[in-house]
Amino acid sequence: MKKTAKDFAHIPGWGIDNDPKNEPTYPNRHRTGEEHDGRSWVRPTQQVLDREVLHSIERPDYTAVVGNSVPPSGLSGVIRRFAFKYSENSYLHWLPLLMADKVNVVEGILDDFAHGTVPNIFVEKGYKAEWKHSPQTLVLKLAAFTAVTAGTILWLSSGDKKKPVRRSRY
Amino acid sequence: MLAMDFRGPKRVRAVQKPMPEIKHPEDAIVRILRTCICGSDLHLYNGNVPDTRVGMTFGHEFVGEIVEIGSEVTNVKVGDRVMVPFNIACGRCIFCKQGMFGNCHESNSEATAVGGFLGYAHTGGGHNGGQAEYARVPYANFGPTLIPEGMSLDDAVLLTDITPTGYQAAEMAGIQPGDTVVVFGAGPVGIMAARCCWLFGAGRVIIIDKEDYRLEFAKNFAKCEAYNFESDMDDPVMFLKKTTDWIGADACIDAVGAEAAGNAMQTITGRKLLLQAGSATALHWAINSVRKGGVVSIVGVYGPTDNLVPIGNMINKGITMRGNQASVKRHLPRLIDHVMNGILKPSELITHRIPLEEVADGYRMFSAKLDNIIKPVLIPPTANS
Ligand SMILES: NC(=O)c1ccc[n+]([C@@H]2O[C@H](COP(=O)([O-])OP(=O)(O)OC[C@H]3O[C@@H](n4cnc5c(N)ncnc54)[C@H](O)[C@@H]3O)[C@@H](O)[C@H]2O)c1
Ligand SMILES: [Zn+2]
Ligand SMILES: [Zn+2]
Repeated sequence: MKKTAKDFAHIPGWGIDNDPKNEPTYPNRHRTGEEHDGRSWVRPTQQVLDREVLHSIERPDYTAVVGNSVPPSGLSGVIRRFAFKYSENSYLHWLPLLMADKVNVVEGILDDFAHGTVPNIFVEKGYKAEWKHSPQTLVLKLAAFTAVTAGTILWLSSGDKKKPVRRSRY
Repeated sequence: MLAMDFRGPKRVRAVQKPMPEIKHPEDAIVRILRTCICGSDLHLYNGNVPDTRVGMTFGHEFVGEIVEIGSEVTNVKVGDRVMVPFNIACGRCIFCKQGMFGNCHESNSEATAVGGFLGYAHTGGGHNGGQAEYARVPYANFGPTLIPEGMSLDDAVLLTDITPTGYQAAEMAGIQPGDTVVVFGAGPVGIMAARCCWLFGAGRVIIIDKEDYRLEFAKNFAKCEAYNFESDMDDPVMFLKKTTDWIGADACIDAVGAEAAGNAMQTITGRKLLLQAGSATALHWAINSVRKGGVVSIVGVYGPTDNLVPIGNMINKGITMRGNQASVKRHLPRLIDHVMNGILKPSELITHRIPLEEVADGYRMFSAKLDNIIKPVLIPPTANS
């Protein structure tokens, strides 16, 4: 049996936004046709760049506004500049960026030390909250960490490790 | 000013940073009164979005008071209390003209496939965000919207992202009266999507997650059926086929995105090894459990590279797939009405209020789903002055 609005009386607003035109491509059908004219709109004032900003090579220039967050710097910056030589269609764009992010984390720690700050990993990782609401998880993590560290130390200090056999070249 | 500072995967802190400045004649500076942590922030937090730089301030859901405006700003004035849509939209490019404010072509130099977002990595345009005491808001003539008299800041802040996102998820599902809609993910976005499906006349709404407390919350808030994919079923697709008389749902909504659990292969390749742009488990299930000719609506966020999904089934079943970043500004007039008329009560989703100083705890709690958290709001110290 077909249900009617009465069946949904307990749900405030049932059906109020129902619209027969709401087929799945709604609302992108509001096309103006201007796409065919290319980048034809009157552009906003161009922001004056006060720092290095990288732009996708899938556009010829900067957008009218650009972000105010950290510019590329250091080794991670070198990698990011390399990545931006490739289009968003290329793995050579995205994979180096992921690598740069990892390098950037190490740079962040070095930078902290250079500024006399020892990063408080316990606080930064929100372990205070984990300790309060899920101590068993934190204990497990610490136990795993301790086991791995102890294992590594034991292994490193066990002395007579076999020297890797060097393959002769011929 | 105090601001959130990204240091690396799962490492954030609150530090003093320089005040944001007007950089463009259409900019405004906003003193932040409420700012949220979102499921989208978790992709950044976990280190899954390329070009997320150490030192960035995240935060794309916030409301506040305008404290300074650029020389070309006429639509808002100092002292106005505004909600700031998460997308940065110029209002005049060909995409904005079509109401695609999440796809503006004048706000993100770094990527053409992604619009400009506040506080969303350099792949989102490198704009510092609102998990801070102050933020720079570009295109202030267009984005910031006055908070109407009588609306609480809590309702207002949830209108900057998750309410429009949930609403658009339902809109894109092309719901016809009586349709059965399955929502994957009972986070704030999925819960709101489930609630909004009814506004479009759905006949049956089912939500799927693995967190019992969220399912319980969704059942009450969204008045829908709720099932746990870990304990209520072996295979979600089989379960959904069976409950729809072996036809499949009319529409499925992916409100999970890259952080999905539920399939070891997807988790390892998508979240641990980053061989795909996140784990596509929910999308995979959505494609396989929708009926032939049905609609898959995607608001869950994925990275910019590739994902493993059964695209062959999309063709064989004649599925329509749609997705987008929510076009917040387009939905605001209608959603403001719905909130003012008591039809939607977004603030009920807020379970935690956390001082900005404790931002690291907030991220950990939201990411690890501690203390039955649904939606956390951060309160900057200057919010109360
Ligand atoms: N398109 C947009 O405009 C937009 C805006 C905001 C958020 N989002 C995205 O929406 C998604 C959800 O955001 P949120 O704030 O609700 O996040 P959240 O992390 O709070 O919620 C995600 C939920 O999905 C559940 N889940 C995990 N794997 C699942 C699976 N396989 N099936 C079903 N549920 C599963 C989790 O337990 C969690 O409750 C994120 O990907 C976020 O980036 C998109
Ligand atoms: Zn968000
Ligand atoms: Zn635009």
